[in-house]
Amino acid sequence: MSQPGLWETLRGIIWRDLLLAIRRRSDVAISVLFLVIVASLFPLGVGPEPAVLRTIAAGVLWVAALLACLLSLGRVFTADYLDGVLEQMLLIAQPLPVLVAGKVFAHWVVSGLPVVLLSPLLGLQFGLDGEALGMLVLSLLLGTPTLSMIGSIGAALVLGVRGSGLLVALLVLPLYVPVLIFGAGAVTSSMAGIGGEANLSLLGACLVLSVFFAPWATASALRIALE
Amino acid sequence: MLQAVSLSCRRGDRRLFSGVNVTVHSGTVLTVVGENGSGKTSFLRILCSLLAPEEGAVLWHGVDIRRLKEQYYAQLTYIGHLNGIKDDLTAMENLMLTAALTGDRPSDASVRDALEAAGLKRRVHHLPTKVLSQGQKRRVALARLWLSTHPLWLLDEPFTSLDQAATALVTERLQSHVQGGGLAVVVTHHEVALPSEMVQRLRLDG
Repeated sequence: MSQPGLWETLRGIIWRDLLLAIRRRSDVAISVLFLVIVASLFPLGVGPEPAVLRTIAAGVLWVAALLACLLSLGRVFTADYLDGVLEQMLLIAQPLPVLVAGKVFAHWVVSGLPVVLLSPLLGLQFGLDGEALGMLVLSLLLGTPTLSMIGSIGAALVLGVRGSGLLVALLVLPLYVPVLIFGAGAVTSSMAGIGGEANLSLLGACLVLSVFFAPWATASALRIALE
Repeated sequence: MLQAVSLSCRRGDRRLFSGVNVTVHSGTVLTVVGENGSGKTSFLRILCSLLAPEEGAVLWHGVDIRRLKEQYYAQLTYIGHLNGIKDDLTAMENLMLTAALTGDRPSDASVRDALEAAGLKRRVHHLPTKVLSQGQKRRVALARLWLSTHPLWLLDEPFTSLDQAATALVTERLQSHVQGGGLAVVVTHHEVALPSEMVQRLRLDG
C-alpha cells in the first residue's frame, strides 16, 4: 500500500474542489454577480458626483467583497457534510488541517480570486486612479484569502446547524472587521497620498496568522461537528 | 487485530451500549446487528474514531487508535451509510479522486475494472452520479472495495439499496478480502452469506 505525500493529497483535494466548482458554475457565479451588482448599485444610488464616489469607493468595494465571500462560505463544507464526503476526508491518512487548507485555498480561487480580478473594473466605476486601483487589487489579494481562512472556521462551527447561513454571518462578520479596516484603509491612504504600505503590512500579518491558525481551528470544529 | 475494550457510548441522555468487548482477528468479518437505535452506527464510528467513546478504547494491533491517528487511517477503508460520492462527478472521477487522497493510485483500467466488478456497466462510468439510481450510487461507493488495499474495512449497511446480484458481488468481495488476511466490521440488517467460520457476530441491544 502506498502513502500519498502531503503535497499530493493537497493537490488532489484542490483539484477535486476546483473540478466541482467548474461543474457547478452557477453557484460560483452567484457570489461574483452579487459583488458586481452591489458595487454597481452604489454609484446609481449616491449619484454621479466623482468626489463622493472616490470617497466611498474603498469602503463600498471592500464591504461588497466581504459580503460576497460570506455568501460563498456555505459551499466550503456543507455539501461534503451532506453527502458523506467529509467523513471520508476525516479518515484520510494526512493531517486534517492540511486538507482544510487545501479546501480553503480552492474556495479562495473560486470566490476570492474573481473578486481580486474584477476589482479594477469595479474601481473604475468609482473614478479611482491607477495608483488607487493598484492598491485596491493588492489589498484584496492579501485580504480575501484571510476572509476565506476566517470564514472556514465559522462555516465548520455551524455545520449541521439549522439556519446556519445567518449564524455564520453573526460569527464571522466581527472577525472580518480588522481585515476590512486595513483593506479599505490601504486604498484610502493611497488616495490621500500617504501610501498604503502600513495597512498592507497589517493585512499581510493577518494573512500569516490566519494561515497558521485557521486550519487547526477549522479542523477541530469539523471533528466536533461530525461527532 | 482490532479490539474494542469496554466500549461505552452515550448520545445525549441515552446510553446506547456499555462494556462492549470484542476482538476481531485477521480473516474474520464481525457483523454488528441490533434494532434501530441500538447504537450500531455509533459503534462503527467509534471504531474509526469519528466518534469518541464515553468509556473504553479501540486498539489496533494493541495500540490505542487515538495515538495512532493517521497511521490507523492508512489501514482502513470506511464506507458509511452515506455514499460519500459527489453527484456532479462521474463514477470514474469519484473513484479516482477518492483513491488519490487515500494513497491508492489506481490506473483508469483498474478503476473501470472495479466499477464493472461492482456490477456497473461501462455506459454509466462516465455519467454524473446524480443521474444514477440509489442502487447504482451505492455500487459506485462500494466499488472502492475493489480498489482498496487496506487491511481493515468498516462498512455501515453496505447492502442497503442493492439488488440480489449486487449483494452477492459485495459478499464475494468481502470473502476474498478476509481470505486474503483482511478483516472487516459490517453493520447490517441483512444476513451476510459467508462461511460461518469467517463470521463473528456482535448484537447490540440498546
